[in-house]
Amino acid sequence: MIETAVLIACIILVLLTFAGLYRAIVGPSVEDRIVAINMIATKVTAIIVMIALLTNQKFFVDVALVYALLGFITTIGLAKLLMKGKLGKWK
Amino acid sequence: MEVVLNIIILLFLLSGMFFFFVGVVGLLRMPNVFTRMHATTKCDTMGAGLVFAGLIMWQGFTFISANILLILIFVWITNPTAAHAIAKAAYQRLEAGLQLEEGDKDDLY
Repeated sequence: MIETAVLIACIILVLLTFAGLYRAIVGPSVEDRIVAINMIATKVTAIIVMIALLTNQKFFVDVALVYALLGFITTIGLAKLLMKGKLGKWK
Repeated sequence: MEVVLNIIILLFLLSGMFFFFVGVVGLLRMPNVFTRMHATTKCDTMGAGLVFAGLIMWQGFTFISANILLILIFVWITNPTAAHAIAKAAYQRLEAGLQLEEGDKDDLY
């Protein structure tokens, strides 16, 4: 019962991710794209955890942790690039 | 007891899906960057929290659920930080006049 519910939630999350990808492609400004990519990273983390629990592959949970870290680093790096124009040290 | 736990897990998953859905609708329909950020970051934090809490309750008290709790805490720390960084960058660009004037509105609004 719960397996079916988690599978349905996983499918809904995939559809929502593709709906959010519209803003990442069309988005009029750079910040819109960064916001959309940040949201997609959070959703994909949840999807990876659900797939790990559904398929009993326990080490996929660590993959989800690494993916969350990568999404955070990407967002921070892009925001800093927007602010400073380069990826150097903070002045 | 099992049925009650299952119903609670289903409620958590359903609420998490609702918050994710609201975040995506806000991302697609809101007029400019800051309101889009307002919709997505808050609803993403809440949705991820509810979904992960449901999965933790489903797994019970194991090593995997501790790992999921670690991911949840990580998301709860990093998501507002990333939102703050994006908002600061967007505000600085807006103050410098670098943003497009009609970029605040688009065809979906």
